Amino acid sequence: MSEVNQEATQEAVQVAEVKAQPKVFYSEIVENGLWKQNPGLVQLLGLCPTLAMTVSLVNGFSLGVMTAVVMAASNASVAPIRQWVPTEIRIPVFILIIAALVTIIDLSMHAYLQSLHAVLGIFIPLIVTNCIVLARVEAFAAKNPVVPSALDGFMMGFGLALVLATLGGVREIIGKGTLFSGIDLVFGPSAKSMILTIIPDYHGFLLAILPPGAFIGLASLIATRNWLAQRKAAREASAPASATLITH
Amino acid sequence: MSRSPYLSSAPSVSIIMVKVMLALVPAIAAYVWVFGAGILVMLALASITALAAEALMLKLRNRPIKPFLMDGSALLTAWLLALSLPPLAPWWLVVVGTFFAIVIAKQLYGGLGYNPFNPAMVGYAVLLISFPVIMTHWPAPLELAQAKLSLANQLQYIFGTTNGLSLDAVSMATPLDYLKTQLTLHHSVQEITAAPQFGLLGAKGGELVVGAYLLGGLYLLQQRLITWHLPTAFLSVLALMAGAFYLVDATHYAHPLFHLFTGASMLGAFFIITDPVSGPTTPKGKLVFAAGIAVLTYLIRVYGGYPDGVAFSVLLMNMCVPLIDAWTQPRVFGHKK
Repeated sequence: MSEVNQEATQEAVQVAEVKAQPKVFYSEIVENGLWKQNPGLVQLLGLCPTLAMTVSLVNGFSLGVMTAVVMAASNASVAPIRQWVPTEIRIPVFILIIAALVTIIDLSMHAYLQSLHAVLGIFIPLIVTNCIVLARVEAFAAKNPVVPSALDGFMMGFGLALVLATLGGVREIIGKGTLFSGIDLVFGPSAKSMILTIIPDYHGFLLAILPPGAFIGLASLIATRNWLAQRKAAREASAPASATLITH
Repeated sequence: MSRSPYLSSAPSVSIIMVKVMLALVPAIAAYVWVFGAGILVMLALASITALAAEALMLKLRNRPIKPFLMDGSALLTAWLLALSLPPLAPWWLVVVGTFFAIVIAKQLYGGLGYNPFNPAMVGYAVLLISFPVIMTHWPAPLELAQAKLSLANQLQYIFGTTNGLSLDAVSMATPLDYLKTQLTLHHSVQEITAAPQFGLLGAKGGELVVGAYLLGGLYLLQQRLITWHLPTAFLSVLALMAGAFYLVDATHYAHPLFHLFTGASMLGAFFIITDPVSGPTTPKGKLVFAAGIAVLTYLIRVYGGYPDGVAFSVLLMNMCVPLIDAWTQPRVFGHKK
């Protein structure tokens, strides 16, 4: 008798906890994903594709968008079942869901964007093991309702995609002197005219394309972001009155 | 600041740097004699870039600019890098390499005394993997060149205003490069070394420069700016490796003296691996460090994809320095092992 009672009260407490959660601010989710907790620049999660696939803007952005789609879908699928997944086995359950979604993306890309699929190669199935996907499922979707979870997944993924695109763009310009090379893989051969030659007669700076370029480039991006954040903080500290007016 | 017996005071950084640069002067003179005066322009370009990059980084890092600029360490890095590059490289090559060496390899790690990697070799490695074609295009020594180059011609190459003269007309494969490619064509070492670019021991002309490095190195030893451990261990292990292979099969492996007198062996032994910042500090550690570089250099030369391997070997062994130092701590007097 008492056991049943205990279970019932536990469930009640759980439901109450879920209901009592603070209201989620959508703008805050967007800001966290794109800037404050950007996966590529602040959390430094999912570095493997960040470093390996950013040899060009198109590569980086494509993989980033795929990751964002997977993250939005996985967050949206985990959030509604969060109360029924036993805590002890939640990681395998989450991974199975993510793996199923990645398989869908992988097969559809193979069907409709075959040449891009060939370029991104192993890194599409590897989205499963990208720790940022599981991190958001575990940290956000397992504790929040469906709509904020989906938004969080997408914004975190989109933040990562922007970092991948920037890093890819910088490495492409320095390494090859072009921009948007490989865009024909996405939009078909007619898009070849969109490839920009930024520096004509360029020798090519192979280091930027090779792995060291990825590390140095990412470090420079992180340094730039930290510098901007520090400058902003310093400005707010020097003008506290106006800052309090702007923030809620 | 000197340490305890106070019998002699340690020389200041700038005195050391000036003496090392002085030790490089014979080699530079030999360089001018063999390859022409273009190297002086390269040295000047590297020096200006190094000082400008150093001043910029010091300013960004809010450090005093003048004392660090005057210590000469940036200048020495620039010289060592310029002496490692092909003497008729385009001007931007030396600028990019020096900038990388000073900004990324030295200042971003914390400046003089904090860089784990030899800055000149980082600059060299960056250039070698980024611009392999230019970096392996060495001009032939003046006495072998088909077209004799005046200083004006050399300046045209460096600043990219060549009128019709392609670099191919004046460049030739370096002996290490030539040996490597010809060996893949099943020629024997004896046939290969009969080619005109081979001299008595190493490269024709180049061996004069190498001899001047040796002379400068002996001056450094005499001035006690470097200890015997590093050069001796490096050169003897390199000779031992090469000698063992040579004894086994003299048609496929070059004479040990050839390995000592070509490429960057001598420059490396006395001026590169003796960098006190990125190298180990214990005497035993220095022996291990230098021996490791020699083994890697030989392996890269014989089995690797690049003709010479001193730069990569130095960088690889730089990574091992903390470990080597930890393993080779000398026994403190009064303590048991």
